[in-house]
Amino acid sequence: MYKIVRKKELNPTVTLMDIEAPMIAKKAEPGQFIILRVDEEGERIPLTVADFDREKGTVTIIFQIVGATTEKLNHKNEGEYIQDFVGPLGVASHTDGLKKVAVVGGGVGCAIAYPIAKKLHNLGCEVHSIVGFRNKDLVILEDEFKAVSDKLCMMTDDGSHGEKGLVTQALRKLIESGEKYDEVIAIGPLVMMKFVVAVTKEFGIKTVVSMNPIMIDGTGMCGGCRLTVGGETKFACVDGPDFDGFLVDFDEAMDRGTMYKPFERHKHEETCNLFAKEVK
Amino acid sequence: MPNMSPKKNPMPTQDPKERSCNFKEVALGYTKEMAVDEAQRCLNCKNKPCVSGCPVGISIPDFIAKVAVEDFDGAYDIITKSSSLPAVCGRVCPQENQCEGKCVRGIKTEAVGIGRLERFVADWHNEHSTAAPVKPEPNGHKVAVIGAGPSGLTCAGDLAKMGYDVTIYEALHLAGGVLVYGIPEFRLPKSIVQKEVDGLKALGVKVITNTVVGKTISVDELFEDEGFEAVFIGSGAGLPRFMGIPGENLKGVYSANEFLTRVNLMKAYKEDSDTPIKKNKSVAVVGGGNVAMDAARCAKRLGAENVYIVYRRSEAEMPARKEEVEHAKEEGIIFKTLNNPIEVMGGDDKFVNGLKCVEMELGEPDESGRRRPVVKANSEFILDVDCVVMSIGTSPNPLIKNTTKGIETNKHGCFICNEDGLTSREGVYAGGDAVTGAATVILAMGAGKTAAKAMDEYIKAKN
Repeated sequence: MYKIVRKKELNPTVTLMDIEAPMIAKKAEPGQFIILRVDEEGERIPLTVADFDREKGTVTIIFQIVGATTEKLNHKNEGEYIQDFVGPLGVASHTDGLKKVAVVGGGVGCAIAYPIAKKLHNLGCEVHSIVGFRNKDLVILEDEFKAVSDKLCMMTDDGSHGEKGLVTQALRKLIESGEKYDEVIAIGPLVMMKFVVAVTKEFGIKTVVSMNPIMIDGTGMCGGCRLTVGGETKFACVDGPDFDGFLVDFDEAMDRGTMYKPFERHKHEETCNLFAKEVK
Repeated sequence: MPNMSPKKNPMPTQDPKERSCNFKEVALGYTKEMAVDEAQRCLNCKNKPCVSGCPVGISIPDFIAKVAVEDFDGAYDIITKSSSLPAVCGRVCPQENQCEGKCVRGIKTEAVGIGRLERFVADWHNEHSTAAPVKPEPNGHKVAVIGAGPSGLTCAGDLAKMGYDVTIYEALHLAGGVLVYGIPEFRLPKSIVQKEVDGLKALGVKVITNTVVGKTISVDELFEDEGFEAVFIGSGAGLPRFMGIPGENLKGVYSANEFLTRVNLMKAYKEDSDTPIKKNKSVAVVGGGNVAMDAARCAKRLGAENVYIVYRRSEAEMPARKEEVEHAKEEGIIFKTLNNPIEVMGGDDKFVNGLKCVEMELGEPDESGRRRPVVKANSEFILDVDCVVMSIGTSPNPLIKNTTKGIETNKHGCFICNEDGLTSREGVYAGGDAVTGAATVILAMGAGKTAAKAMDEYIKAKN
């Protein structure tokens, strides 16, 4: 059992938790993920490591409430425990030798983009962060990004905070204004990453994307997380989750991500109804 | 005078129609009367050919003699001197190629039902015995076992009985390895695996789940930081293979590992499980091994109307146990032998809607000694299915190999070991599928046993 030592609501649908897991905290690096199970009957879900404190022995996760499992997780409080927590899994993000990088985060993907921006910043790399949200109420980690970025572009779809527009527009503007990046790191919804790659391809800037497909074990056993990269089948859990954005087949990945949509919707509703009953 | 009946006492089973709709155990086990009657068929041969066929060398005629006189506790004690998981092996061992394959009675008639008797004895013990296992005197030495599958559990059990302080590290949330994620409930109830694991814990074995060696902790750290004197790697062959044909990434194509893990480990067949599995009308399982049979029979139980086994050779070459093939057929699984898939077909929604296959015929024997299947000209056809399960084998997991210095592997990624299970690195032993590639539960157990003995000798020699 793994203790929740801190819980913080970042916005109405996104929650942060620090989980006591000293062995994982000791090893975790940005870009890696963990797999958790909330309770004995729960499913295994992957969540990317949002931060870690090696001294305190805690790992930070940030999750959006989208289904039954995240709903159940969000009902847990500080001091309570979750059943299983395993990691760090996957390959850490590559940061060696980077001098100037644009980190692009979309929505809850910013939770994954942030530790990478922080690591690059600590390594002395110039970091330009471009973060996008649907509206002002959904913005997360703004101060954190500010602290580690040499430049921060805050974008919202409706212009209620920062600039109105998409992250791709901001990225294009920066590139066209003459900013020369060694690499662009994009983390967010698949469709966002697909369009970031469409921009960077035009300018020939190497782009790394972080994939988050459906998976069970996270150690290469099930093959459920497979995706096509440069015409080859890769397992996101052991070969990734970071991949060369120019080579990823995003359309296939988007399709595969919808496999259990009806089930997930149904389960989520069921869970919400259950919690509603408990309240009554 | 032995019982000279030419036939084994048949195994009582659940009715095929009924069982193909539930996940309860298919084989129900002998009654006491059947067991005693079957035990009396043993001739108690002097040279005991059956023992030579057992990878862990159980004193088979001796335990059977105890069954014949209804001393079931005595029989259990004899079995457990050699085997740590009798209730498991009695169910899943391919006895027809091992002990029973060597049985003298089998030359002219049917072999003695050794596996069924082993299972009976183990189940009898689990049901009737109240004696707590005796914790051995600690010898003060620490050993680590990586992977709580058949080889790791056996190795841990043997070392614990010698007095070692044993810790098992398991990557998943539950101990058992393939016994819990792979083999379905209807062939091996999970409560039995849990009992065996609990038995090890009672011996003092610590089981630490949710720990991926190579990620959470390295082999080097096990020695340097945790103070283990020897390490056994039983990490299995868990990486699924795919065929590399078009359409394999469509929705509705599973590896057998994923399909079985969802069903067995995550209990997706239960209404209240949070883990989803696609409900299918027609399922094609590609492959002819025991895993393929398990996947097909699970698919049937999940409610599929048509379940096909698609296998490129003929039934004679199928690696699956005969019993499993027969059970599958009884449950209505359709065998499409001498058929090979060439493409998975999908609709605009990217869900599977067919499997394009070609017919095969058998040519000259290949390097495996089996006749090589060759494609029949103009034989293409489409099997109408909405789900495809690829069950064409697995490879060892590279996580430990990639994160540990000094352990050599062969071109298939299997650890290279000597006959004692010692790898190319001092103090590091390995066994099971991680060494042999995908094989059987009992062979893995045999390897765990051999390594435990060698580890004990190694540690004793050092101190």
